[in-house]
Amino acid sequence: MRIHCPLCGQRDRREFTYYGADDFLRRPGEGAAPEAWDNYLHLRDNPAGVTRDLWYHDMGCSSWLVVERNTVTHAVLSVRLAAEAEGAA
Amino acid sequence: MRIAGKGLIDRTAPLNFRFDGVGYSGFKGDTLASALLANGVRLMGRSFKYHRPRGVLTAGSEEPNAMVEVLEGAQQTPNVRATVQELYEGLAAQSQNRWPSLRYDALAVNDLMAPFFSAGFYYKTFMWPRVFWERLYEPMIRRAAGLGSLSGKHDEGLYEKAFAFCDVLVIGSGPAGLMAALTAARAGADVILAEEDSRMGGRLLADTGEIDGQPGLQWATGVLAELAAMPNVRLMTRTTVTGAYDHGTYSALERVGLHMAAPGARPRECFWRIVAGQAILAAGALERGIAFADNDRPGIMTASAVRAYANRWGVAPGKTVTVFANNDSARRTADDMVAAGIKVAAVIDSRADASVDADYRVYRDAQVVGTHGRLGLEWIAVRDKSGERRIETDCLAISGGWNPTLHLTCHMNGRPVWSPEIAAFVPQPGAVPGLTPCGAAAGVFSTAGCLQDGQRAAATALQALGRTAPDLAAPKAEDGAYAISPLWVVDGVKRAWLDFSNDVTVKDVRLAAQENFASVEHMKRYTTQGMAPDQGKNSNVGALAVLADATGRGIPETGTTTFRPPYVPTSIAAIGAGGRAEGFAPQRFTTSHDASIARGAPMIEAGLWYRPSYFPRPGEANWRESCDREVRYVRERVGVCDVSTLGKIDVQGKDAAAFLDFVYTNTFSTLKPGRVRYGLMLREDGLVMDDGTTACLAENHYLMTTTTAAAGLVMRHLDFVHQALRPHWDVRFISVTEQWAQFAVAGPRARDLLNSVLDERLKPEDWPFMACGPVSVSGVAGRLFRISFSGEHAYEVAVPARYGAALFRDLVSRAETMGGGAYGMEALNVLRIEKGLITHAEIHGRTTAFDIGAEKMVSAKKDCIGKAAAARPGMVGPEREQLVGLRPIDPDRPIGAGAHLFRKTDPAKREHDQGYVTSVCWSPMVDSYLGLAFLKDGRARHGEMVRLVDHLRKAEVMCEVVDPVFFDPEGGRARG
Repeated sequence: MRIHCPLCGQRDRREFTYYGADDFLRRPGEGAAPEAWDNYLHLRDNPAGVTRDLWYHDMGCSSWLVVERNTVTHAVLSVRLAAEAEGAA
Repeated sequence: MRIAGKGLIDRTAPLNFRFDGVGYSGFKGDTLASALLANGVRLMGRSFKYHRPRGVLTAGSEEPNAMVEVLEGAQQTPNVRATVQELYEGLAAQSQNRWPSLRYDALAVNDLMAPFFSAGFYYKTFMWPRVFWERLYEPMIRRAAGLGSLSGKHDEGLYEKAFAFCDVLVIGSGPAGLMAALTAARAGADVILAEEDSRMGGRLLADTGEIDGQPGLQWATGVLAELAAMPNVRLMTRTTVTGAYDHGTYSALERVGLHMAAPGARPRECFWRIVAGQAILAAGALERGIAFADNDRPGIMTASAVRAYANRWGVAPGKTVTVFANNDSARRTADDMVAAGIKVAAVIDSRADASVDADYRVYRDAQVVGTHGRLGLEWIAVRDKSGERRIETDCLAISGGWNPTLHLTCHMNGRPVWSPEIAAFVPQPGAVPGLTPCGAAAGVFSTAGCLQDGQRAAATALQALGRTAPDLAAPKAEDGAYAISPLWVVDGVKRAWLDFSNDVTVKDVRLAAQENFASVEHMKRYTTQGMAPDQGKNSNVGALAVLADATGRGIPETGTTTFRPPYVPTSIAAIGAGGRAEGFAPQRFTTSHDASIARGAPMIEAGLWYRPSYFPRPGEANWRESCDREVRYVRERVGVCDVSTLGKIDVQGKDAAAFLDFVYTNTFSTLKPGRVRYGLMLREDGLVMDDGTTACLAENHYLMTTTTAAAGLVMRHLDFVHQALRPHWDVRFISVTEQWAQFAVAGPRARDLLNSVLDERLKPEDWPFMACGPVSVSGVAGRLFRISFSGEHAYEVAVPARYGAALFRDLVSRAETMGGGAYGMEALNVLRIEKGLITHAEIHGRTTAFDIGAEKMVSAKKDCIGKAAAARPGMVGPEREQLVGLRPIDPDRPIGAGAHLFRKTDPAKREHDQGYVTSVCWSPMVDSYLGLAFLKDGRARHGEMVRLVDHLRKAEVMCEVVDPVFFDPEGGRARG
């Protein structure tokens, strides 16, 4: 698998660490209901198709990346810096 | 025997080799199989189950029969295909799966018992009585199981792994591959041409025929010379592309030194990861057999192998050759034999309309119905409309058609498509993105067709790369049609083999269908068809056809099993090259490493770091004596310990304080320059992630320390919190763990020791507990932190890493003159347990701030990571297991980490579990074993007796629950 890091270019997936769905970008605010936290921490979709998840380029530039990819075809559709992603506070 | 004047072998370079202890000779350019055949050796192996005598079937890596053990010193490599192993001077090989010898194999008795060993034999037979399984059946099956054997010694051979990148990877160097590589290379693309064989050319090495008016091989030589001269082309022989992976990544196995008598520093094999913009699969096709009675005798080969041995290696595969085929391509074999002066007894063509216009006898609408010869073929029985006849022959060349080598196109879930015209599966279009099959691999079987198709595939790849294909005229070549009429099985009473390697017959597949293992995946597992080292390359399509017939379905409806990587057997040693022993993981050494080793300290791993366990002194009988001494001199004098492995993160920026407030549970924005504070970090799910101290070096400038174990984790976490949650905050941080060497100086005389190396003496009023600041260490700008992980008056002194080795030696020798010295991890652990200080043994991912008694550290005045989740129901309260201290009633009774705690009167059963022990030590100060443990509602149970049960070490100890701080609970020693 290859991931095109916006800062480093195309790299082997061994340079990256997978974290989880990009839901982690949308942290509930202070005082949010327990349900919001439950949703944020534990509830995830498991799509057959397009998904967006977070990868850390720890063997590269230390960027957190939002990787949009297809779980069926394995195609990587886009890679963006988490810091510039929609949903980041 | 050899055919005069034929073959690509170097007759001026004879080579001696041994097979089963007998000396033979061959030539440079031979494989072990061709050299054995040239020496008249037909019997090369025994089959897996029935121990049937077997000879070579093919001339390639798909060989199911001629598998041998190659011996090189301590190395004994089993299942080496004699068709792949190149001959070298002194090569020693032996046959496998036989006892006492290849000619007289005791287990050949299995063949006589074949009626009992049908498909599913194991499942049916070894089910009962149940008690027989472990004592009788399993040892018996294990003894008989497995092909080949290992030496039982460590594999000391060299292996390598490597990475390569290219625009176009061409897999296979036959007419299609060469044409594709030439087209891509002339367009200026970076090309890798990978060929499994020792020599490029594919079937051009083994087949006669012309390209552009010259012999095919001569044309290939010209193309290869052009490619070799181009800087943008890399030619890789002996390199099998074994797998296709996501985004243009391919694995390949290169045989680097396996064909050499003295490989020297060369590795045996190299495992490649090749990343290609585009790939072209020109892997050719594999000829398949026909199932008829006793079709597995030595001397029976594929028709293409027979002419390969004659044309490429100049070996006559027999004195009298007979051909049995259902298609036109096999006629080439008969023609080539005639041309080589070898007698052709007959061609048996199953087709009624086959041409009889030939230089040899042709029986059409005919079939081979039986074979004879115990250790090698002697004669065959042929049946046609006129009846049955016997033909004396010692070599039978079979062709049941050709299967495109499409395996790589299935590695990403592609399903091959049935092509009735060639009665074979062809690649599913687009099965692997960026991979274009062409030539015989795509079902194109004429030479002219392959040349054109290779060019087309290259044009497709170049277009995808945004390049223009050069204008190239396709060379002229043979363009005959390929006519085939499927014939899978010749019916008869005797067994007809499909899978030679695993001894699966037509009857077995039919039995599977009859017993309702009718899905192809079930049939495979029930009969073991396709599960041998050849992975069904020779038998899958035939077995499928038998299954389709038995279940009344067509072949496309029956489907295929899945081809998975690797395409050829691949040694684990090659895949994991470099990962043996110390190569398994990177090693991190502190600046004091050499000094610790010089003092005889055994090193223990802490993550990737190596740290001294203890520093033995003469007269000490065991580690405990050394450890007790080191603990005492920290408590009574002064000790020095390298703590550089702790993570050090430099945090700077206008929002640095706010950032620390957000990642730590407690507040750091109130921390003044020159002060240090202990901090607790949670995960977002409310559990403790890590702890450590953070020093405020200046305004908006902090130095965070993490535990050794969690340094990488914390760095990743900080990056996440910053980039994903607070990207607009003005804060930057970087790991400086490697940049600073840091030593703990601990004990009542710590200040005296430091004063002897610092340029300015420490004024006690300037250096209270938890102070920090710059210092000058023998002229070197360093940092000093008054922090303590031992409970003693202690400091940590840091200098740039390049001064670490010198400072450590200096501090230790000075400490020794003061009655102290270096201390290691064992003493460090005792010191912190005596003080009830936690490590990752306690914050192991299931404990909350409440559990470790730090709930007051979660500030109510601000948000922080994990705060919301830490307040969830179930995260706080008496039902939680809380940190306590344990003291055995008998202080000399050892207790063990991992033991569980029970009420005094409860049975030691899971449902009565009250908690567990995380850390233990012998405390020379308290003069007792001590433990840290988590106990339900533990803080309310100080003074209670609990039963500690260690099921693993079979120990049971009564313990008193106490406060986790065993030593100096007021903390006066650290502050004083």
